[in-house]
Amino acid sequence: MTMQTIGRPTRPEGSTEAAGFQSLTGGRGLLQDEPLIFELGGWTKTGVDLPEVAEDASDLAGLTRAGVDLPGLSEPEAMRHYVRLSQKNHAIDLALYPLGSCTMKHNPRLNEKAARLAGFADLHPLAPVSTTQGALALMDRLAHWLKTLTGMPAVALSPKAGAHGELCGLLCIKAAHEAAGQGHRRTVLVPTSAHGTNPATAAFVGYSVQEIAQTEDGRVDLADLEAKLGPDVAAIMVTNPNTCGLFERDIIEISKLTHAAGAYFYCDGANFNAIVGRVRPGDLGVDAMHINLHKTFSTPHGGGGPGAGPVVLSAALAPFAPAPWVVGGANGLQLVEEAAGDAAQAFGRMSAFHGQMGMFVRAYAYMRSHGSDGLRQVAEDAVLNANYIKARLSDVMTPAFPDGPCMHEALFDDAWLDGTGVTTLDFAKAMIDEGFHPMTMYFPLVVHGAMLIEPTETESKRELDRFCDALRALAAAAKGNDKDRFKGAPHLAPLRRLDETLAARKPRLTWRADSSAS
Amino acid sequence: MRYLPLTSDDRAQMLGVIGAPDVDALFADVPRAARLPGPVDLPAHAGELEVERELTALSAMNRAAGAGPFFCGAGAYRHHVPATVDHIIQRSEFLTSYTPYQPEIAQGTLQVLFEFQTQVAALTGLEVANASMYDGSTACAEAVMMAQRVTRREKAILSGGLHPHYAATTQTIAHAEGMEIVRQTAAIDAEAAVIDAIDEHTACVVVQTPNVFGVVTDVTKIAEAAHAKGALLIVVTTEAVSFGLLKSPGEMGADIAVAEGQSIGNALNYGGPYVGLFACREKLMRQMPGRLCGETVDADGRRGYVLTLSTREQHIRREKATSNICTNSGLCALAFTIHMTLLGGTGLAELAKINHAKARELKAAVDGAGLEVLTPRFFNEIAVRVKGSAAALVEALAAQGILAGVPYSRLDPHAGLDDVLLLCATETTTSEDIAALAAALKAA
Ligand SMILES: Cc1ncc(COP(=O)(O)O)c(C=O)c1O
Repeated sequence: MTMQTIGRPTRPEGSTEAAGFQSLTGGRGLLQDEPLIFELGGWTKTGVDLPEVAEDASDLAGLTRAGVDLPGLSEPEAMRHYVRLSQKNHAIDLALYPLGSCTMKHNPRLNEKAARLAGFADLHPLAPVSTTQGALALMDRLAHWLKTLTGMPAVALSPKAGAHGELCGLLCIKAAHEAAGQGHRRTVLVPTSAHGTNPATAAFVGYSVQEIAQTEDGRVDLADLEAKLGPDVAAIMVTNPNTCGLFERDIIEISKLTHAAGAYFYCDGANFNAIVGRVRPGDLGVDAMHINLHKTFSTPHGGGGPGAGPVVLSAALAPFAPAPWVVGGANGLQLVEEAAGDAAQAFGRMSAFHGQMGMFVRAYAYMRSHGSDGLRQVAEDAVLNANYIKARLSDVMTPAFPDGPCMHEALFDDAWLDGTGVTTLDFAKAMIDEGFHPMTMYFPLVVHGAMLIEPTETESKRELDRFCDALRALAAAAKGNDKDRFKGAPHLAPLRRLDETLAARKPRLTWRADSSAS
Repeated sequence: MRYLPLTSDDRAQMLGVIGAPDVDALFADVPRAARLPGPVDLPAHAGELEVERELTALSAMNRAAGAGPFFCGAGAYRHHVPATVDHIIQRSEFLTSYTPYQPEIAQGTLQVLFEFQTQVAALTGLEVANASMYDGSTACAEAVMMAQRVTRREKAILSGGLHPHYAATTQTIAHAEGMEIVRQTAAIDAEAAVIDAIDEHTACVVVQTPNVFGVVTDVTKIAEAAHAKGALLIVVTTEAVSFGLLKSPGEMGADIAVAEGQSIGNALNYGGPYVGLFACREKLMRQMPGRLCGETVDADGRRGYVLTLSTREQHIRREKATSNICTNSGLCALAFTIHMTLLGGTGLAELAKINHAKARELKAAVDGAGLEVLTPRFFNEIAVRVKGSAAALVEALAAQGILAGVPYSRLDPHAGLDDVLLLCATETTTSEDIAALAAALKAA
């Protein structure tokens, strides 16, 4: 039984696979087909050696299960299985990974090493604080760097990702309004270009969401904002630099109008990497902003996390920050874990324990490595690289906002593809054949067929040129009627285009014994 | 700076192509008043050696769990993780990739997620599982909000054995969304007390087994009582290794099971990152939060995997999404999957037995030291009554090099259980450790 005869039919009649060289086994050189562990593993096999224990003589009768129906693999088999799978992934370490808004920058390995030091990795969150002074000191130093870089007086470290930070920020805002007798404010204003987590978070907190219009040049429409800022508005959520990769020129005006209306300014700090060391959000009138440590401060994305989303807070919101936080004391550093006493206004708790310590170590190592001078250079090079890409591609693609510089990402629309029969999706998939990960597509929603390219500062000029040359060649092919290149793309990836409609129509989320029957 | 490839020549050339006089020109949209003239007041860059030196010094100020006898649990557990796990999760292709938005070049991550979901479903005894949440506590809050969507009711009842941090997280997040959260008084062996509180407004009851005091409960009757009134049963587990020995939540009638998956594949990390497990009955699938990986085929008919049912999610649904979660715990889920694959069902069952045997040994030693053990049925944790303050005792024993568990008051200072100490034993606990603890307890 081979991989191709199990599960969903894998080579049905009418296969569109291009005729060409075929191996005898169906394999493709180094790129191995790899079954699921449920098709590979033994149901009694294990890859760990454990000591024998005497038969259970405890009083758990009636509470135990018959067995655990999962296969195991020996260590060499497990190693091979996951290494083979790994080879089907694109990664930053392979090539430029220009996902706009996601900030796919180099992940320094020093940070991995530091996070694995026994004093951090093998440390229990509820060990007595007298035995965790180094961890508390690290949290304290990280907090100092985040506050200094943002010009904000307080930070809540515990949120576990950007969206969790948004939730934390809005909960602070809600608590502040309630404390001021303003609990009737039920609306949050969000620009149409906002990331999906912004409206989703506002709704999570029970707010209703109203959209703010965008101007022709990709910024918040001040007149529309002013018109919508009423006595029911609790906050605005504005991303800056925004999701079009542009700095909100009227940002100070925006915060003034917001504050004048009695609302708070939540800033989505996903794009802080564009301004770190050059602009402090505190100087712009921001009241709360999350910082994705997995973006600006290089902690690895890990195929979808984990991240960390500390939230810096203005003096007005600081008293409402959630537990826990670190304070100094006569007996060393202490951890405040409960809302009581001086901290009685804390709105609650974002999660168990104290936040993403493993990410704190990595982010702090990154900050210390760069220092205040290097972080400023990070922002400059990130912006320079994006503008270079914009300059090199603007004659063959259509920049969504041609006038003026962009920040850390270059946004194109699909106007230049008009009449070619090629879509943004096709174009992106064709990039895979050229060895690059596609850019962020169809986001932000305000630009038709959006292609959002974020190179980050960790790309060399050589890699940027290789990328621009590839996109220029693809653009020429799209305009030169070479449609098949795009419609069938990718041709050279481990798999061809996947049927997402089928996946959603008949969801199959787990392997079942009957699905492997041949 | 070692992480920045551009040379000054590169920068000058690139500015030329852009047509900008200098890099400041690229920041022209920043209001003048907000442009910092120079670096902020923080130390300048440092070499790898210097940074490593500082972090090593900080790390040395902590007492690692492995440094001596260690008995802390209460939501985070010290287990042995095979070296293979940490090796594989550091492969570039897993470590430095993003959420698998482009399935053609992310089949590695996607197939792992499909294996993960299947493992989680099997362990919890439910039909479907998602691709992970941040941790067990946020998964618990999400489960409660999901129950509200399913039942269109507003009340959630949390048992007195639910980990206080889980209860506080759920109260914070689900209450903000408008739910009424009823927290029962802390109680060592009273998960079933939720039954009397169920009424026709109840969306769900949340119970934990083994609970924060280590008590194992058959929740079948609670499930029946909840279902009789149209409410859902959510079962929380903080020690995932217990799935190897105890009846699964699904088998006992749970509609949603959430768990902290840290125990399998992941280090203690002072509390994070961890990995939330989230499983439910298939009929509730479309109300689940978070990413889901599903099987499909490619244009050539080959089997493959994609993220699916994304019309539930924030990037499509925006304010109508089932959750705001975006980044989750991908790499921790990978670590879980690899460790689980190495264990296999038989290995996990063996490991669970060892944990239970160690805890029995611990209980006998604590009994022998003359302390009252409060946990009647346990897996690998027990609650013990000490003389006076458990927090003071833990501090005193820490000074002797023994990390003697978690005082319950650390989790919940208002419960009036200041003399309750939570102790845990795992396969990493030795008989010598247990003897040292018993001797110290006797002497205290
Ligand atoms: C603009 C923006 N806001 C918020 C988020 C959410 O952050 P996270 O994925 O860390 O939850 C993202 C990341 O995807 C983003 O790009």
